[in-house]
Amino acid sequence: MTVQFIGKAHPRVDGPLKVTGRARYSADFNQPGQAYAVIVSATVGLGRITGMDSAAVERMPGVLAILNHTNAGKLPYRPHKAGIDPAEGERLHVLQDDAVRFHGQPVAVIVAETLDQAERAALALKVSYEGRKPIVDPMDPGAQKVIPDAAKRPGARTVADKGRGDADAAVASAPVRIDQRYDIARENHNPMEPHATVAAWDGDRLTLWSKSQYLVNEQAEIAAVFGMPVEKVRVICPFIGGAFGTSLRTWPHVTLAALAARHIGRPVKLVLTRKQMFFTTGHRPRTLQRVALGASSDGRLLGLVHEGAGETSRYEQFTEALTSITDFMYSCPNLRTEYRLIPLDTGTPNHMRGPGESSGAFALECAMDELSYALGLDPIELRRRNEPKLDESENRPFSSRSLMACYDLAAGRFGWSRRTPQPRSMRDGRLLVGMGAATASYPAFHAPANARVRLLADGTAEVEAAASDMGPGTYTSMTQVAAEFLGLPPERIRFRLGQTDYPATPSHGGSWTMASVGSAIRAACLAVREELEKLAIADQRLPVFGATLDALEWSGERLQRRGEPSSGRSYAEIVTSAGRPIEAAGSAQRDPNVASRYSMHSFGAVFAEVAIDPDVGTVTVRRLTGAYGIGRVVNPLLARSQCNGGMIGGMGMALMERTALDPRDGRPVNAHMADYLMPVNLDIPKLEALFVDEADPHVNPLGVKGLGEIALVGTAPAIANAVFHATGKRVRTLPIRIEDVLAG
Amino acid sequence: MLPFALEKARSTEDAIAAAAAGARYIAGGTTLVDLMREEVERPERLIDINALPLKDIHADGSDLVIGALARMAEVAAHPEVKRLQPVIAEALIEGASPQLRNMASMGGNLLQRCRCPYFRMLDAACNKRAPGSGCSAIDGLNAGNAILGTSASCVATHPSDVAVALVALGATMRVRGPKGERNLAVEELFRLPGDTPHLEHTLLPGELILDIRVPAGPYSRRARYLKVRDRASYEFALVSAAAALHVENGRIRSARLAVGGVGTRPWRLKACEEALAGKPVDRASFEAAARLATQGARPLSHNHYKVELLPRTIVRALEMAGEVA
Repeated sequence: MTVQFIGKAHPRVDGPLKVTGRARYSADFNQPGQAYAVIVSATVGLGRITGMDSAAVERMPGVLAILNHTNAGKLPYRPHKAGIDPAEGERLHVLQDDAVRFHGQPVAVIVAETLDQAERAALALKVSYEGRKPIVDPMDPGAQKVIPDAAKRPGARTVADKGRGDADAAVASAPVRIDQRYDIARENHNPMEPHATVAAWDGDRLTLWSKSQYLVNEQAEIAAVFGMPVEKVRVICPFIGGAFGTSLRTWPHVTLAALAARHIGRPVKLVLTRKQMFFTTGHRPRTLQRVALGASSDGRLLGLVHEGAGETSRYEQFTEALTSITDFMYSCPNLRTEYRLIPLDTGTPNHMRGPGESSGAFALECAMDELSYALGLDPIELRRRNEPKLDESENRPFSSRSLMACYDLAAGRFGWSRRTPQPRSMRDGRLLVGMGAATASYPAFHAPANARVRLLADGTAEVEAAASDMGPGTYTSMTQVAAEFLGLPPERIRFRLGQTDYPATPSHGGSWTMASVGSAIRAACLAVREELEKLAIADQRLPVFGATLDALEWSGERLQRRGEPSSGRSYAEIVTSAGRPIEAAGSAQRDPNVASRYSMHSFGAVFAEVAIDPDVGTVTVRRLTGAYGIGRVVNPLLARSQCNGGMIGGMGMALMERTALDPRDGRPVNAHMADYLMPVNLDIPKLEALFVDEADPHVNPLGVKGLGEIALVGTAPAIANAVFHATGKRVRTLPIRIEDVLAG
Repeated sequence: MLPFALEKARSTEDAIAAAAAGARYIAGGTTLVDLMREEVERPERLIDINALPLKDIHADGSDLVIGALARMAEVAAHPEVKRLQPVIAEALIEGASPQLRNMASMGGNLLQRCRCPYFRMLDAACNKRAPGSGCSAIDGLNAGNAILGTSASCVATHPSDVAVALVALGATMRVRGPKGERNLAVEELFRLPGDTPHLEHTLLPGELILDIRVPAGPYSRRARYLKVRDRASYEFALVSAAAALHVENGRIRSARLAVGGVGTRPWRLKACEEALAGKPVDRASFEAAARLATQGARPLSHNHYKVELLPRTIVRALEMAGEVA
């Protein structure tokens, strides 16, 4: 496939809107007559509501309604489960009973004329509870590991136990062994834009302007909650101010906004506070892992055991791919992976950028690094010696795998050859300098998607899909795809997303938007050209009238008789002659035969350099270099931007991010942008993202493998490995803190 | 946020009269407004003092005088501050974020409220916010809390960076109230929590900080501020130290040392200062002195690391001060 627009560094088409404040986010869609809703969150971590002094608050100025479990009414909550929902368990049914399942659970919603009045009433509302001590720490003796129920069903998506050979025996008898445990803190997504919903009813029809990475599911879920036909619900979300996975699911506040609007018969706006974004909008689960490696003295893996467990709530079993990439990452005849859940008295976790894979890669890649020291082998050489020829867990070839090409490219750019292997051997003045590397991987997913293209008489095209753009540049990249397959310059294409009126797409997550929606747009573009060909040969006013389809050819946007440019007519001319816009739909999904023949994943190699103050233990990341094999790069500007964000997220995971829960009541004590640490500009080092040339004809017609998630995977272990190289101190808990570096 | 009345003071006398009648002073508002939005602070009347002529920064002989309304960013960038007391500029730049430094006044910085997480949670017990309700931090998540000067009622850390430098340098303040003007040492501004942690400072009702005077000392040029924290900006100190050395013929004649992030107020370490006097300017002297810093420290369940980090930070800050040409 030779390309004209795909692969170009096209600036963001929505950039001017964003930098001039004209991009409208969910909370910007104020409606006439709108009232304001504020959620009252539970202040105990477990128990039940015993009373609520609503009467006193109802008399406060501007208060229109106080909804709680005694007056909200029974909501239908019809069964609804999307792929993004946990396979087992049932979503939180909000305001349906007096039970408090976790700290911060919504117990009431206040509706008032102004936001200020609603906030004051929410603070004034006295709620009494019968509270019990929750269990929120997976290390608590009362916490129990369970096998995910979803893995117990035949043909289950979730795999709890997987393996080949006898891994434990192979590790036990191997000449060189590593056996370590890893603990990664709970993290919250903390995008800049808070969750927000404006809900407006028109008779029995509901419109939601609501922050969502999965509009068609929000539509279906709210329809199920309220027991109404799907087509009566519209969801609109043209812009997202960052999400990282937190808006994949439809959380209770959307239901509460719709409920409040219905109750008062007016549009209602509900925006979560920063603190509330630590309660009911998911989080990266805390994980506990063990990795045991056994190797021959020349560095061949003989046995590999990876056990992992993640926290979940009591009412849903959230699962993620914690140990999955271990199955195929390296060549190893004896391998066992185990995945468990630890139900706790918390809200349900959800996917956070690089879910599972980034946590699992931390354990695996730190253990591999540790093994390289035990063997006295360069960490990259260790990976090279265990590079598999095929996916040994599925016994099928990779559709493409550029891991060692990534290592070579990144190592060269990073200057890995300057590294002296011995820990504490590199210094810059009084600072200890360390270099570390780690492998990244993420599956090349593809989900069924749809799109629509409309050619207009003025020679422009409208392209529509119910997709989202949380920041990767979907508006821009899809415009490039449409330009490519329509043969039109991007300036003449208007790509629209963010409405359930448009053709359905999968969730905007899992790095599959370009693979899925991009392929659907391609299909729609090809379909509309075919439609145009049929119209043209039947149109007496056009020179191609009467030609057979195989006698036609396209020259850019001009349709002509083969070899006869003078017979060519543009989209504008053909559409004008037809007298109506020409529209076609397209859809795409992965051919199941191809899917079963190949193992499809992206790979990457991440390098980190850190400088550590040996007196006070501060860790400064000086450089991060990543090289990725992600198939075709649609837009290198956007791709590098994706990687910059992912690496910064990985830095946060490595050194800063941690939601700290008070074990007495499950309260997050740092639910605040000042106290939940993420890198600030001054922390962020020189970042470099490189892409290896990789043609993958199998993954999808565009040859793209996705980039959003893998950009975070691998960074945290690269930094942790660099910390070890600098100090000789192996830290196996994240985030790595000064006290960990200083600890004896 | 609860409703409140806001008045603009046209003169210092106006302002003091309003405050004596119960109004709260507001300058940059970076602490107060933040806490009002969460209803941790609930003032009914605010008196805006931003128009008062208290912004001047100048040298008075070899002393440095900083108006209470000078902004952190202005002070940090001021040539006289850099010339006379560079450690003040250094401490200010390490504090807060650029946006906050542009707004926050020097007087407000000294009087900022603590950053104990439970202080900000209306539904958690906190003796500082609600006297008599108890302390959630003592048995809670207290990694950021103090190890020095704590009581059974409160373990909150004083958050200011520049206050640590001012205390080390022996700065004084001019304050004026309904009963007239007086001077007091910055160090004496701060109370220990004892069993009244809601009383944080020694200002009398209505008293207004006019300016801060930093006396010249032979150690002023050899002074450094080191802040150890989990990220490079917009984060409070785990431990910080302001260290100043007066060196003659390779020996320490006198030293000034105060630390932050560990005390319930900016913590002057006179015992360490005395231990340094007469010693050679070397790491052994610094380490010996720093060992005295944790005398009487009472670590909590999650902040034992501060007992280790405090002397390390002091040693490094003294080394930095010793290296200043």
